[in-house]
Amino acid sequence: MRDFPHIEVAGENAFIIYCGKAMGEGVLDRVRRIDQTIRSEFGALVIDTIPSYASLLVIYRSDQVNGSDMKSRLKACVTELGDSQKILGAGRIVTLPVWYSFESGADLKALAESKGLRREEVVALHQEKEYQVYAIGFAPGFAYLGEVDERIAAPRLSTPRKRVPSGAVGIAGRQTAVYPSESPGGWNLIGRCPVRIFDFQATEPMPFRVGDCVRFESIGRDQYMDLGGQL
Amino acid sequence: MLSLLQDAGRFGHHAIGLTSGGPLDGEAFYWANRLCLNGPEATALEVAQGGVRMECLGEITIAVAGAPMPFRVNGRTKALWRSHKLQPGDIIELGYATKGMRTYLAVSGGFKAEKFFGSTATVIREGIGCPLKIGQELYCGLANDEQWALPMESVPRYSDSVTLRLIPGYQFDQFSRTAHNVLLGGSFTVSNRLDRMGCVLEGSPVESPETGMLSEGISLGAVQVPPDGQPIILLNDRQTIGGYPKLGSVLSVDLWKLAQSRPESQVRFEMTDLGAAQKIIKHALVKRESIRLKRCL
Repeated sequence: MRDFPHIEVAGENAFIIYCGKAMGEGVLDRVRRIDQTIRSEFGALVIDTIPSYASLLVIYRSDQVNGSDMKSRLKACVTELGDSQKILGAGRIVTLPVWYSFESGADLKALAESKGLRREEVVALHQEKEYQVYAIGFAPGFAYLGEVDERIAAPRLSTPRKRVPSGAVGIAGRQTAVYPSESPGGWNLIGRCPVRIFDFQATEPMPFRVGDCVRFESIGRDQYMDLGGQL
Repeated sequence: MLSLLQDAGRFGHHAIGLTSGGPLDGEAFYWANRLCLNGPEATALEVAQGGVRMECLGEITIAVAGAPMPFRVNGRTKALWRSHKLQPGDIIELGYATKGMRTYLAVSGGFKAEKFFGSTATVIREGIGCPLKIGQELYCGLANDEQWALPMESVPRYSDSVTLRLIPGYQFDQFSRTAHNVLLGGSFTVSNRLDRMGCVLEGSPVESPETGMLSEGISLGAVQVPPDGQPIILLNDRQTIGGYPKLGSVLSVDLWKLAQSRPESQVRFEMTDLGAAQKIIKHALVKRESIRLKRCL
């Protein structure tokens, strides 16, 4: 069994730092701390980073620093952090309104039936928890949020939909997400969020980042429409 | 037939899920731009397979580089890998590639296009930009005084059998010895599942380990192996995170060979390591810079 964190080569100008094997808030906190430290200490030497669940991909300027030097510097950085007990301040908490209904959530009925729950119970369970953003990917602004209550966890659809509308709120396994734009997708849809999750024109294109928290708040159809929701 | 404006790519926004985009064949892109006396990041048109007809509205300089395709101005055949000064009313035509997959059309000053997150790179999957449309007008800078050509001996050659150098990484050690041998021992066939996101290879299955891994960041050129054992090489429009085990990454200086490979082409892998790879890349860039263009009359 390996010790964490450990650093692996990813490519000619990238390393990946693994902070654990399973997802969890502690591991994610470590990923975020390493991410922040690397971004502030390495400055323009780092082109980009991708925090995701338990790892951090670091893409660097290999024309300015060679691989072995970069690896030692990353190692030093990670070791130093490992010794410190500093806990990163909690991320932002963002509340997203969701119109949960059979009309706006194509799989809500089937999900409730398969779980032996009433519609209201599924909705209550989905919105009673605060979710952490574990990763952003798949599409711009698509945030993997976890973890939903086991009672409403459900596997992906066996046949993904060709078209999932933007704002659709879905569940896959113990994760939940809001589709930021129309795309294909296999998550169980339970409602729809009228808030734009990804804005190409904005200086701050997303309301949250990896490590932040998201809460859902049930709204009705009228409120959904008032907030600019599309049908 | 797909023509997309591309600059060098979009960097620094992977954390919110934006991929890099940029030219699949960075070599041809570089030469098309350099022949127009542009910097290496200027916006050019990536023409997949060909079939483009454009009318020139001002006095400009253009250069076409990449997969060989019939290139005519006012019906007269013109050379690729050199710049040409054009006049208003000139008709530019690109026929269909006879070899390779993509050709780059660069213009003096680069194409002017709207930047999103610091880049003009078109990524259809993300809804950033869109393919060139019939009737669309494009803008660029004024013509250069001189015309230049890349010496014949420096023109890249496109082959239907390519070798890609791989830096082992990610879960490489978790693949079995047998899997390593399959990867390095034989050759793979480029399938018809190839696009700007990636290229699926067909061949003896490379056994993918059961890692139970979590989705993680994906670098350019990463070779991922889904349970069916058919490796996928991830290219410019790849998803930024993914959960299949990966063997490592192909060198960026080799990816153009894959980008120009047609279905049924053969691909072999050769191992290198990080230190050697970085030397190869540095050397390739220095060599490219040192090539002197020939002035044409």
